Amino acid sequence: MPEDLGKMSELSPEDREKLTLTGLEVEMKNREGSFFQVDQEIRQWTSLNEGIEVLPIHEALRKYDWLSAYSWNLVKGDKDQYTKYVADQPEPRGFVIIARKGSKTIYPLQACLFLARSPVQHVHNIIIAEEGAELHIISGCASASYTKTGSHIGVTEFYVGKGARVTSTMIHNWGEEISVFPRSAARVEEDGVFISNYVCMQPVRKVQMAPFVELAGRNAVALFSSIVVCTPGSNMDLGSVARLTAEGSSAELVTRAITTGGTIISRGMIEGVSRHTKGHIECRGLILRDGVIHAIPEIKGNVVDTELSHEAAVGKIARDEIEYLMSRGLDEDVATATIIRGFLDVKIAGLPNALQAQIDAAIDAAERSGF
Amino acid sequence: MLEIEDLHVKIGDREVLHDIDLTIREGETHVLMGPNGSGKTTLLRAIMGFSGLEVTKGTIRFKGKDITGMPIHERAKMGIGMLFQRPPTVSGLKLGKLLAVTSGDRAGMVSEYARFLHMDGFMDRAINLGFSGGEIKRSEVLQLMVQQPDFVMLDEPESGVDLENITLIGNAIARLLEKDVHIVNRKKSGLVITHTGYILDYLDADFGHVMCDGVFRCHGNPREILKVIKTSGYKECLACQKI
Repeated sequence: MPEDLGKMSELSPEDREKLTLTGLEVEMKNREGSFFQVDQEIRQWTSLNEGIEVLPIHEALRKYDWLSAYSWNLVKGDKDQYTKYVADQPEPRGFVIIARKGSKTIYPLQACLFLARSPVQHVHNIIIAEEGAELHIISGCASASYTKTGSHIGVTEFYVGKGARVTSTMIHNWGEEISVFPRSAARVEEDGVFISNYVCMQPVRKVQMAPFVELAGRNAVALFSSIVVCTPGSNMDLGSVARLTAEGSSAELVTRAITTGGTIISRGMIEGVSRHTKGHIECRGLILRDGVIHAIPEIKGNVVDTELSHEAAVGKIARDEIEYLMSRGLDEDVATATIIRGFLDVKIAGLPNALQAQIDAAIDAAERSGF
Repeated sequence: MLEIEDLHVKIGDREVLHDIDLTIREGETHVLMGPNGSGKTTLLRAIMGFSGLEVTKGTIRFKGKDITGMPIHERAKMGIGMLFQRPPTVSGLKLGKLLAVTSGDRAGMVSEYARFLHMDGFMDRAINLGFSGGEIKRSEVLQLMVQQPDFVMLDEPESGVDLENITLIGNAIARLLEKDVHIVNRKKSGLVITHTGYILDYLDADFGHVMCDGVFRCHGNPREILKVIKTSGYKECLACQKI
């Protein structure tokens, strides 16, 4: 197993900085494992936790016969042109993470997917948290500073076992002409918790995704948070879909979206299929400069005893809030920036401090650049 | 400290303050009374420089400088502070974060002030989001204590506050206005809007003014004025021809 942790440090200082902004620790500090793929070449993978295995997908499928049942199971290969493209690849790339029964990570595992010279990067990832396991993953996706155009297509299947807890934090730092099509789905068993966070503060040509989660076991919980800033020329079509299949399950979909000239479509769909289920969608958007924020929250209840709600608000910063802070001595620009920073400051319950700090750092960087 | 001369203020097409003259010297606390909608809050907002109103005539001078056209934050930096009757909710912005930004060289005092006002458990809460009436006012006073303005405007500091909190807030405001400092050495000044007068138990106000329909109808001893209003209502002020 290649365990050369220096591979990431071979990148140019500029690209290392780009990766750092996606939450990647090039020196592997405070990380329990790592996976590093440049274009289609897997450069490095390792796990420092005995209960957790990190493997390239092609090796994992060779090593474990049973794994094929988990592959293209939650995400179907014929779902759309992008999944079909990935499914048709003779040499699949991407990672498999298996957190064995009862294993726990204190620090997250990091996955770095870096687009350098290929026109298209494709990955297929499978993440399995067995019964009672606790697994935290941070995925940093970025393109090289010299890469002007390209596409990234990522398929990810999450299996959250009984009583398991998985957090997945994805921070994007692409280029202005890069298009990104993540396709992911999760299944959460009894008492399992799945927390998924998406952060994109930097320009991208297009992101289009609608991760799906099925709360399949009693009292399963899912929380999706998206924090995005959409710059001129960027187009973000973001959504999350939760199906409350088992009794007592719940889901919350939270979006904080800012446009400085780009287009954001924020979709959310929760379907209450069983009794004693709860779901809530919250989308708040700020239009700082002329752009589009189109919120489309959907809730569908199929039985009595499912409680579903949504709230969406799109607008500008209220003048009275700015003047309130000005009356405390802040000039208009600082007052505005302080309110915007607060708007994006979503504290995600259950997220390890290291990952919350990573999200905060990405927002801080955007704040420094004046959004 | 503050000199207002012949001030006229419009909101939309309607003039809501007419011919206002007011002088508040260093160390003085003035009380502003008047029926709802008489223009009291508008006067405070005009002094602070808020948008939504237009000064059409007259001047506002602070510490000898004409501030009539000055931006809000510059007035705040010069030493004007305001307690809002109904401050906006700034969701997402934590009270602690705002105090960190505004405290400057008083950063070390924030914890002490917060404990004094029983607000130390609110530092990670979004400003005014889900706060009770008393909590809103304690948050307002805390922000002013951190800001330490030389001229403090208080818009109904006791409204929506229970008796226990009034004592706490009253004592904090007395500190803000240096009521513990000998009158000769007192530098801080205040302008307080009150309907009930409860806050006067803590402030020893020096002058009272009654505003009706955007003009001053009476100036005098604040407790005497309050006694008349409590007994006869504002109709006595409207009928009064003294000014």
